[in-house]
Amino acid sequence: MPDTPQISELAVEAAVQAALAAIAAAPDTAALKAARSAHAGEASMLAQLNASLRDVPNDQKAALGKLVGQARGRVQQAIAAREAELAVAEEQARLAAETIDVTGIPVKQAVGARHPLTTMMEQMSDIFLAMGWEVAEGPELENEWFNFDALNFDPDHPARAMQDTFFIDPVERHLVLRTHTSPVQIRSLLERELPVYVVAPGRVFRTDELDATHTPVFHQMEGIAIDKGLTMAHLRGTLEHIARSMFGEGARIRLRPSYFPFTEPSAELDVWHPTFTGGARWIEWGGCGMVNPNVLRAAGIDPEVHQGFAFGMGIERTLMFRNDVSDMRDMVEGDVRFSQQFGLVV
Amino acid sequence: MRIPLSWLREWVDVPASGDSATDADHVHAALVKVGLEEEGVHGGALTGPIVVGEVLDFVEEPQSNGKTIRWCQVRTGTTVEGEPEVRGIVCGARNFMIGDLVVVSLPGAVLPGPFPISARKTYGHVSDGMIASARELGLGDDHDGILRLAELDVSAEPGTDAIALLGLDDVAVEVNVTPDRGYTLSIRGIAREYSHSTGASFRDPAKALEVGEGLGHSVIVDDQAPIRGRRGCDVFVTRVVRGIDATRPTPRWMVSRLQLAGIRSISIAVDITNYVMLELGQPIHVYDLARLTGGITVRRAHPGESLVTLDDQTRSLDAEDLLITDESGPIGIAGVMGGASTEVSDATTDVLIEAANFDPVSIARSARRHKLPSEASKRFARGVDPLVAEPAAQRVADLLVEHAGGTIDDLGSAWIEAKRPESIALAEGFVDRLIGVDYSLDEVTDSLGAVGCKLKPEGDGWLVEPPSWRPDLVDAPSLAEEVARIVGYDRIPSELPVAPPGRGLTRSQHVRRGVGRALAAAGLTEVLAYPFVRSADNRLMGGDDVAQVRVANALDAEQGMLRVSLIPGLAAIAHRNLSRGLTDVAVFELGHVFRPEAGRTYGVDAVPFGTARPSDQAVAELEESIPHQPWSIAALFVGDRRARGIGQASEESGIADALDAARLIASVAGASLRIEAGSHPALHPGRTAALLVGDETIGYAGELLPQVALDRDLPRRVGALELDLDRLIALGSGEIAATSLATFPAATQDLSLVVADDVSAGAVRDAVAEGAGDLLENAELVDDYRGAGLAPGTKSLTLALRFRAPDRTLTAAEATEAKNAGVARAAERFGATLRG
Repeated sequence: MPDTPQISELAVEAAVQAALAAIAAAPDTAALKAARSAHAGEASMLAQLNASLRDVPNDQKAALGKLVGQARGRVQQAIAAREAELAVAEEQARLAAETIDVTGIPVKQAVGARHPLTTMMEQMSDIFLAMGWEVAEGPELENEWFNFDALNFDPDHPARAMQDTFFIDPVERHLVLRTHTSPVQIRSLLERELPVYVVAPGRVFRTDELDATHTPVFHQMEGIAIDKGLTMAHLRGTLEHIARSMFGEGARIRLRPSYFPFTEPSAELDVWHPTFTGGARWIEWGGCGMVNPNVLRAAGIDPEVHQGFAFGMGIERTLMFRNDVSDMRDMVEGDVRFSQQFGLVV
Repeated sequence: MRIPLSWLREWVDVPASGDSATDADHVHAALVKVGLEEEGVHGGALTGPIVVGEVLDFVEEPQSNGKTIRWCQVRTGTTVEGEPEVRGIVCGARNFMIGDLVVVSLPGAVLPGPFPISARKTYGHVSDGMIASARELGLGDDHDGILRLAELDVSAEPGTDAIALLGLDDVAVEVNVTPDRGYTLSIRGIAREYSHSTGASFRDPAKALEVGEGLGHSVIVDDQAPIRGRRGCDVFVTRVVRGIDATRPTPRWMVSRLQLAGIRSISIAVDITNYVMLELGQPIHVYDLARLTGGITVRRAHPGESLVTLDDQTRSLDAEDLLITDESGPIGIAGVMGGASTEVSDATTDVLIEAANFDPVSIARSARRHKLPSEASKRFARGVDPLVAEPAAQRVADLLVEHAGGTIDDLGSAWIEAKRPESIALAEGFVDRLIGVDYSLDEVTDSLGAVGCKLKPEGDGWLVEPPSWRPDLVDAPSLAEEVARIVGYDRIPSELPVAPPGRGLTRSQHVRRGVGRALAAAGLTEVLAYPFVRSADNRLMGGDDVAQVRVANALDAEQGMLRVSLIPGLAAIAHRNLSRGLTDVAVFELGHVFRPEAGRTYGVDAVPFGTARPSDQAVAELEESIPHQPWSIAALFVGDRRARGIGQASEESGIADALDAARLIASVAGASLRIEAGSHPALHPGRTAALLVGDETIGYAGELLPQVALDRDLPRRVGALELDLDRLIALGSGEIAATSLATFPAATQDLSLVVADDVSAGAVRDAVAEGAGDLLENAELVDDYRGAGLAPGTKSLTLALRFRAPDRTLTAAEATEAKNAGVARAAERFGATLRG
């Protein structure tokens, strides 16, 4: 084997150094592969030196064998280290190449919005649901008896004329667009077993022209509780709870004497909160009172046994003063920019 | 109701702080506590120095603008040390003479406007103040010239404070009177309420009068047709005053109070009746006695009768109208408006005063019928104290004597047949049980006593007789309200009631919330349109013969129908958004539509009357008296579903978006939706899908007919969807039974079938699925190819099929066998062939 190199410590070290230099110099995995083949492959100097071990006298075999083995180990280690280095660098280069401007990515799926009036009615309903109340509903086109007579509105009483009612043609048939969600209270009392604790959110109608503070179609949240032993103190407690839930712990309420045909005593409900627009102040929020015995009688309930309270507030109004909506028209015109300010919450 | 504070002070003690705004606030706060809501403040918008001046001299100076001004020397006294006693003032008016007393606003004064006065240079002089007109002082509309004190019958030294002299410092608070408290449409009632709120002592103006006897103007009340069993008139008091001078000016203080109360001064006789009405709450009418013919009869109108009222309108009378008549016929509609034939004029010397009490229902109906809501009818409709008529008539007579001359004649009369209010039994403890406050016995009895009730112990409580001016006190709860109100609502504690366990939202409520959230999350924006539409909109959506509901008194008669569909409202809203510069609009509404049945009459002949529960049958009739009003869900897609962006082309929306939304809604409702080719009058004939659950069509998805879209100024392509949410929820499963998932490997195969190009892809897929049987887990349509390689009039549909068995790994042969069974079914049904 004339080509077989002479094995020596020197020759092994030279081969190792040449291999390490080539590995370190490899700029990418392809070059590293070439270096591996050149310095650690079958034709490499180290392989040849290894092969020449056959010709070494037996007494030197162990020492030189160890020398060559260690040398090959050093080279393999260097290759592995360089390989890992290059893999990281190459992945980094790839990530860099894939970089895009995240601020300019177009919208694939736009998010829509719910109407804040709907969301607010749901939010208020949830507060009552949590107390065990239920949510009742009824028709928008209603028989006058449910809208007025059963609620103790005498046909000739001025209170009835003050409701600015939309009548259905022909008017002699006694159908109206409900002027409040109170007919739902009557329907609930007729349909449900006592005790009754329900809220009735929904759309109502009055013949007001649309302007910044009026709309002929608006929403109310009313509630009625009929049980044994309910008092006006329970009414206040319930209203205080809903006020705090809606506006924050700092909210306070105030009741002022008033008149509604369906309650006696009756009260206006004012709410106060330190953060209202325009500063801490009282804002008229709704009406309430103890259910008039005539209303209970109309629903077949004995007022000597059961009594209770009712209340109602305007949703538009609540949204206006809680969320700083200054123009009623924004709520009814359907400009999507309005709802989109609120997204999926209110 | 507006209450001048000076007037209120006559009958109840109201503290005077010296600042009218502070006093007004105080009175408002006191009245709010007892239930009279604050509405505003009137007057009081001027501050001094405003003084009486005497015109010493003036020079007329024509100006280049054609006007002539007067350069006046006015003695204004010395109000401030060192100020001149005589001032030079420029005045544009010329209705005064040397020696006249006038009102001068000195520099520093502020007139209503606000209009601050300062010494200023004008027309070549420094005008050291301003001579005021009546209007500038807030004393009425007269601006023809400056105010001369002689016109008011007032005289005072120059320099006298004109604010106090003319009562310009008075303010009126305005409160909102609820319809149950007619008595507070008077100073008398308000003073009483103020005393309830503050404890200040109240002097009843009705009791401050000495009432003379009326002996005999003939009055007959003959009501042959009482409304709801109630006689139209139960009090009729007259007084006669002779020899008045009807041209006398109304005293300044009276004009000022009327004006603050919102009533214009007309003539001394009319002003006095208005004044007494405001003070006592009793509407009064005065007749020119010389123009009356014989005695007075109060009766219902006869058929065909008519009357020319004070406003010179001829009114045809209804048999329900209660009339005041004399032997010549009708001379007034009772409690509403008097007739022209007996009106007082400047020539009147003798008057007959009428103070009557009429039935609220009768007056309310007449006022509504003749569209004459007057101060009088407003009071009668809310109930007037029947016992105040006599003092009120006397008060008018006294004031006429005092301010218009004349003497009271004994030719008056007083027919008083008012029923006493019915007494109410009030058990001890009832008020506590209703209000939730432990009131002391004294609090209960004192409160009721304060409002004028008489209490008599009876049984375990009292028999309470309400005062004549409180027709609203009819039962124990109304008495409880008085106690709570007089003691104060602030005393009511706060207690949270415990409701029995609730069942949460109904399934329908859950689904509706879910639908709203899902659609919003899918990029749609919720809107709430008015339900009022044009008849043509309803016909477009429901067909030419669609039954519709009409609103009798719509705000806009053009849009007087209730919607049968949500789409027209959404289209209008979409257009509004486009007109505001938006281009891509996807909106939805969840709302009621109104779907009457054709040919059916809704409503009832008469609603049950009275306070008892109607019979079950009557309740059922009421419930069935209204048309069907289902919840509907609709969406509209205009513009692009995906906007153009960096590296992204825009994608136009259309029927695909409508179908996606429909699938989303169905998924929320737990319904499995079937889509078939359909047709709808408002939708594109080639792009309309009927939406079915089982065999029932519950709605449509598609694109609007291009002409329908263009008519509404929308782009030609608009995706649209509407479905009956009530039906969807009813048909959808409330309970989902989960099947356990098979986890053995799936086998996938593609399949291309050639069919005639008018065969629906969905139907082909359904046929394949049917034929392939249970092993087929899923089949998606992935391609529709037409053209080269296919016979004309045919198309190739490609389906991606996924097979799986629940209990083993499928072999390729098994999958192929199932596929072939599917192909066979499609071949049998549509002549489908495998594409080579």
